[in-house]
Amino acid sequence: MDVSSMQATATARQEPLLSIKGLKTHFATRAGVVKAVDGVDIELGRGEILGLVGESGSGKSITGFSILGLIDPPGRIVDGSIDYDGLDLVSMDEEARRQLRGNDIAMIFQDPSMTLNPVLRIDTQLIETVQAHAEISAAEARQRARDTLVQVGIPSPDERLKAYPYELSGGMRQRIAIAIALINKPKLIIADEPTTALDVSIQGQIIYEVKQLCRKTGTALIWITHDLAVVAGLADRISVMYAGRIVETGTSADVIERPLHPYTQGLINSVPSHATRGHRLHQIKGMTPSLLNLPQGCAFRERCERATPECLVAPEPTLLPGGRSARCWNPAL
Amino acid sequence: MPVFIINRLFQAFGVILVMSVLVFVGLYLIGDPTSMLVSPEATEIERQALRKALGLDQSIWVQYLTFLGNAAQGDFGRSFLTGQPALQLIIERMPATVELVIVAMTFSVLVGVPLGILAGLRPKAPSSKAIMTGSILGFSLPNFWIGLMLIMLFAVYLGVLPASARGETVNVGPVALSILTIDGWQHLALPALTLGLAKAALMIRVTRAATREVLPMDYIKFARAKGLRPSRILNVHLLKNILIPIITVAGLEFGQAIAFAVVTESVFSWPGMGKLLIDSIITLDRPVVVAYLIMMVFFLVILNLVVDILYMAIDPSAREKVRD
Repeated sequence: MDVSSMQATATARQEPLLSIKGLKTHFATRAGVVKAVDGVDIELGRGEILGLVGESGSGKSITGFSILGLIDPPGRIVDGSIDYDGLDLVSMDEEARRQLRGNDIAMIFQDPSMTLNPVLRIDTQLIETVQAHAEISAAEARQRARDTLVQVGIPSPDERLKAYPYELSGGMRQRIAIAIALINKPKLIIADEPTTALDVSIQGQIIYEVKQLCRKTGTALIWITHDLAVVAGLADRISVMYAGRIVETGTSADVIERPLHPYTQGLINSVPSHATRGHRLHQIKGMTPSLLNLPQGCAFRERCERATPECLVAPEPTLLPGGRSARCWNPAL
Repeated sequence: MPVFIINRLFQAFGVILVMSVLVFVGLYLIGDPTSMLVSPEATEIERQALRKALGLDQSIWVQYLTFLGNAAQGDFGRSFLTGQPALQLIIERMPATVELVIVAMTFSVLVGVPLGILAGLRPKAPSSKAIMTGSILGFSLPNFWIGLMLIMLFAVYLGVLPASARGETVNVGPVALSILTIDGWQHLALPALTLGLAKAALMIRVTRAATREVLPMDYIKFARAKGLRPSRILNVHLLKNILIPIITVAGLEFGQAIAFAVVTESVFSWPGMGKLLIDSIITLDRPVVVAYLIMMVFFLVILNLVVDILYMAIDPSAREKVRD
């Protein structure tokens, strides 16, 4: 961990930028209530980078959308609080929330070929983001758009401003989306698997650049991904999600090198490495349970090698030595 | 782009050629127009003379080639009935139809698109369900029936609007327009409403479907995540994307209405081209029918071209395809 991120972690302990407590986002479907997010706690300091890791359907994206207030019916935040810089995002009215979105809290989506509006020019899509939040002339907004494109490493920004999304490559589009997220200098960016749809080489570049930009501007970042390897070098802390709950939180180094929760261990063991060359990769036994029909107690119980009768009661997050926490009766200490 | 237009025009000529053969043969098979033109007491000699004068004594292929030769020089023949040039007859009637259709289409777009968006935004709301039920009625009820009901209500019971014919016109250059006078609008109201209601119903359904398709798109959610005002998301991000299907359907419907406003024009005795077509078919007035259909094919091709050009204005990737 470098010095700046240690400082970031230190300030996080004092006065969090974002504090989520007991967040529950449920979807009332015909088949029953899908508890996509079911009691999530997140604390994030200013300028801190958090990796939110989980497989598809673990509720990590829904957590991100819940923060922005972008949950559409039949989804609804049924319980919990989201405190952002002293503001309660759950009870806030829609217009106030709109003013925060894209201005204080920005988001980057997964698929860059879908996030930019196909019939609007790049400059329009950048400028409108500025003008939605500030009384500013079009010329000034345009200058800001150009500066931001330079900032995210887009060559010949003037030409790109006049382009339509279909004229740009996937990596370029994602940079534009990142520029849109950065343009109003937000305090928090939520990035929902922003590199999953990109080539591996571009992936590395983007991760590196986003990290640099966040460090330079002091922007906090929640990086949502299914790929533990992606956040290993990026995040200060990692939270691992499983079936709508965070099962383990700790510094990146701790979580990756000394995972406490059996699920995290399973994830790490299934990442190919030099040590496993020529061997069969480890696999977590069983299947992800349906969110409609979660097992009683700990949701991971039926797939867990260390399950005990205690696990029939859902474990609460327990604070463990080293400022870490895990939702497990039998953590690997 | 010019290549694209030239290709389209070539296609148009192909279609016109095929269509003219079909109409020629079709009308030839239906019967002999001279029986409509002479009095029942006319002798066979008089009939023969008339056939000769109209060129109907020749074989059909000779007649067709003669027609083609003349048409190539811009002469589409004269009406068997009145002896006036067929083209002139049609062009005289054109403003009435075009005016009627433009008013009807404008009405259908102005009513249909907002209602369609409304129904698409909140599909489960009672108001949306009411709109959709109304639209089913709108295009399942037959046109002539709607026309007759409107006449009953507004002309017979309420007596506020005239039931037939075109109102007072004002000449703008060679074109007689009735939309410039109050009397003209009063006469236009019922036929335009009759024609426009069904089209509005269709526009509602097309707009709703397009709205439902665009709303779940990531770029709409991203626009919300950017903190844009709802009005901007609606009027720019949504509207620009649903315009493509709307323009397609509106263009097709416009052409359809111009060429075949027959029923509405008959119900309201509207002196447009549709009425002329029906009258000419009944009297087997072949030159007028052929000239009319040729003009319509040409018109529809031009209309499709205009629609394609509009696509390019809206959808930037369509521009690219044409450039290649």
